[in-house]
Amino acid sequence: MAIANLGANVLGHLATLPPDWPGGFWWHWLLFTVIIIAFVLTLVMGFIWIERRGMARMQARLGPNRAGPFGILQPVADAIKVLLKEDIVPSKGDKIVHWLAPVVAFAPVLMIFAVVPFQDGALLADLNIGILYVVAISSISTVGLFMAGWGSSNKYSLLGAMRDIASVVSYEIPVILSLVGVVLIAGSLSLNQIVLAQDIPFILLQPLGFLLFFIGGCAEINRSPFDLFEADSEIVAGFHTEYSGMKFAMFYLAEYAEAVVISAIIATLFLGGWRGPILPPWLWFVIKVIAVFFVMVWTRTTLPRVRIDQLMALAWKFLFPLALINLIITAIQVLTWPVALPWVIIPVNITIMALLVLLWSKFFKLGWGRVAV
Amino acid sequence: MQFERYGKGIAKGLRVTIRHLLRHPVTVQYPEQRLNTSRRIRGNELIWDNIKCTGCATCAKSCPQGAIQIISSVTPEENKYRVEKIEVDTGYCIQCGLCVEVCPFEAIYMGYAYERAKYRREEVVQTNEQLLPSAERRRSGYMYPEIAAELPRQTLLVERITEEK
Repeated sequence: MAIANLGANVLGHLATLPPDWPGGFWWHWLLFTVIIIAFVLTLVMGFIWIERRGMARMQARLGPNRAGPFGILQPVADAIKVLLKEDIVPSKGDKIVHWLAPVVAFAPVLMIFAVVPFQDGALLADLNIGILYVVAISSISTVGLFMAGWGSSNKYSLLGAMRDIASVVSYEIPVILSLVGVVLIAGSLSLNQIVLAQDIPFILLQPLGFLLFFIGGCAEINRSPFDLFEADSEIVAGFHTEYSGMKFAMFYLAEYAEAVVISAIIATLFLGGWRGPILPPWLWFVIKVIAVFFVMVWTRTTLPRVRIDQLMALAWKFLFPLALINLIITAIQVLTWPVALPWVIIPVNITIMALLVLLWSKFFKLGWGRVAV
Repeated sequence: MQFERYGKGIAKGLRVTIRHLLRHPVTVQYPEQRLNTSRRIRGNELIWDNIKCTGCATCAKSCPQGAIQIISSVTPEENKYRVEKIEVDTGYCIQCGLCVEVCPFEAIYMGYAYERAKYRREEVVQTNEQLLPSAERRRSGYMYPEIAAELPRQTLLVERITEEK
């Protein structure tokens, strides 16, 4: 209940203290930094466990089950193993860049959580440009990945990093455009305000936006079927080919922390964040985050990896136009839809989504042979 | 990812994986859990019947690996050979079953065991009493149709229930 009291405190203090100080009082910063780091690290461990066990069960295997009950300590065991490993730096690599890359890749992921609300007002900084902040910060990880690719002085690393840059640049556009629809409905960029605006979860009001954001988000954080940057059957391990020991652990951590972030943002923007009946709000938030991640694991297990040209074609031919159309339709609806009929819009929007996806899949044929580049 | 089929394949694939999530995994946790073996298995152990055996050493002669060694002595009062020592080096045995096939007195059988790996070379060698039949060391139906006829019909091993040890 400490968080609940804290949330009340935050709201109480917001009015009296200077607004430029995040949260209004000094220990708020310290407390939420600790909470965020603990939350992310715990959830990363949970996610690794869910991913390995869930994926194994979907493939009719058992998954890791030796360390602890149901293999729940497997992430810990892996972490200890990785920590004890030798740290190898390529002799011809750019040593400073090679050393700095994991930090640059991991730090922004934690920073994103500054604006994700765990409860009403319970967040590090209720920025009124929350989504803009998320979009801006989340792209910095890519720089870390490219630094890793460059600093390793290895063709596979560089190739993986190049693929990462290409896909992130492409997928940023549909991802941001699909977010704008949510912003239009909520009328605010602050994530807390967006949650407060969700009397109906935005997944119902914005089904197409959710679909586009989910696909784009998966591609941006390097989840299978879009894990081309570390496609192990093509380019060894992509950008972290030359990494070992603690640095590799940082990349591994960053990868799953990004999954936590995207799940948290999807839960916040589309699934109603911390809102829900009976259970405490932070628990609802965690449940929704895990549910979103489960869908990610599900798609990862099911779908085979796309080719790089398919990845680009999906972004530019499928997601981008649909995101634009979604934005226009949402804008028209926000302007013209009568306020008295909020529930009627749900079947309308779902029909529009189904029609558009069907239409676009008729327009464009992906995966027909090689594309000469 | 064929989008001209509006994601039907994806939906099918998702259905397959979620059904696998709900089914029982096929993995067997081997040392703790093991599959029921086929009753018709030809295991990698030999069972020796000391009553029927006359010490003729046909099995030793037939063994392509030379893994069977028999030392026998003559007993004049009974007018027959007595087996002093029969020694099978199962490390050399290739489970070909030739010794079972050639035995004129039906004194040697294949068993059911499949876990004869040992830590030391000496433990692999089986001598006299270790080769006798017992409750754990039952005879398999290999080369003996009358034993095989009593066995249940062969089924797929996957369908068999795993047992906890």
